[in-house]
Amino acid sequence: MSVRVGVVTFPGSLDDRDAARAVRIAGAESVSLWHGDPSLHDVDAVVLPGGFSYGDYLRCGAIARFAPVMEAVVAAAADGLPVLGICNGFQVLCESHLLPGALIRNDHRKFVCKEQALRIENTSTRWTSEYRESQEIVIPIKNGEGGYVADERTLDELEANGRVVARYVDGNPNGSYRDIAGICNEAGNVVGLMPHPEHAVEALTGPGTDGLGFFLSLAGVAAA
Amino acid sequence: MARVVVDVVLKPEILDPQGQAIVGALGRLGVHGVTDVRQGKHFELQVDDGVDDDTITKLADTLLANPVIENFTIRRV
Repeated sequence: MSVRVGVVTFPGSLDDRDAARAVRIAGAESVSLWHGDPSLHDVDAVVLPGGFSYGDYLRCGAIARFAPVMEAVVAAAADGLPVLGICNGFQVLCESHLLPGALIRNDHRKFVCKEQALRIENTSTRWTSEYRESQEIVIPIKNGEGGYVADERTLDELEANGRVVARYVDGNPNGSYRDIAGICNEAGNVVGLMPHPEHAVEALTGPGTDGLGFFLSLAGVAAA
Repeated sequence: MARVVVDVVLKPEILDPQGQAIVGALGRLGVHGVTDVRQGKHFELQVDDGVDDDTITKLADTLLANPVIENFTIRRV
């Protein structure tokens, strides 16, 4: 039986369909989850996709945090459910306090949309086990508020415990502290990532297939 | 009914690109001497008399502001 991965749609989500497609290409079953439905429908993992949930009103992810589905996601994440937040999903995870820190407006004040090189620095999370340590990948990045910030103590803790999952290489696209592109929680089941692996799963429509590893990791780990 | 004002600003150590853009625009307008601008948010709440200060502090701390990056002040007006 294939792994069931829920993809949440909030009002204003953009990348839910691409995320669901990436899940399917990785060999798992995608399950659509609705922001107003507090049930996770027995999925084995959840993806919070990119976009502009609730129009980014107040702060990115601030309203989505209180959606009925998020209560279930927060509770299940504490019990080890794998959760991947991409872009706006990363912002939602920070606002929900499932991940530390916050994401603020890009330091150069412009929206960025390009292919971005990353270095995978933690291959022991539920979402990165298909990669090699220090493997460099290229996937799209597209954000206006992607600058990762946290206080020095939090940043030191993240680094000391190997919780920086991915770091920007060949230039920092948004002013993120310490070039951080993605982090995980202590247990490694919750990962937030600003760039978009779901847009790099087929050679025809992306810079390559470097993003597929996130979804293959989950499919492999959960099936094992 | 009472009116409550909540002001939210980024913490001093957090970069404020929008504030910097405003400083830049002031220079182009020919206004000199403004060396820094910090942009924030201003909320005006109409609340029933039964809503106590603790409740307002809680809503400011959980929804109106993100305490990871922002400070807030509350005043009844």
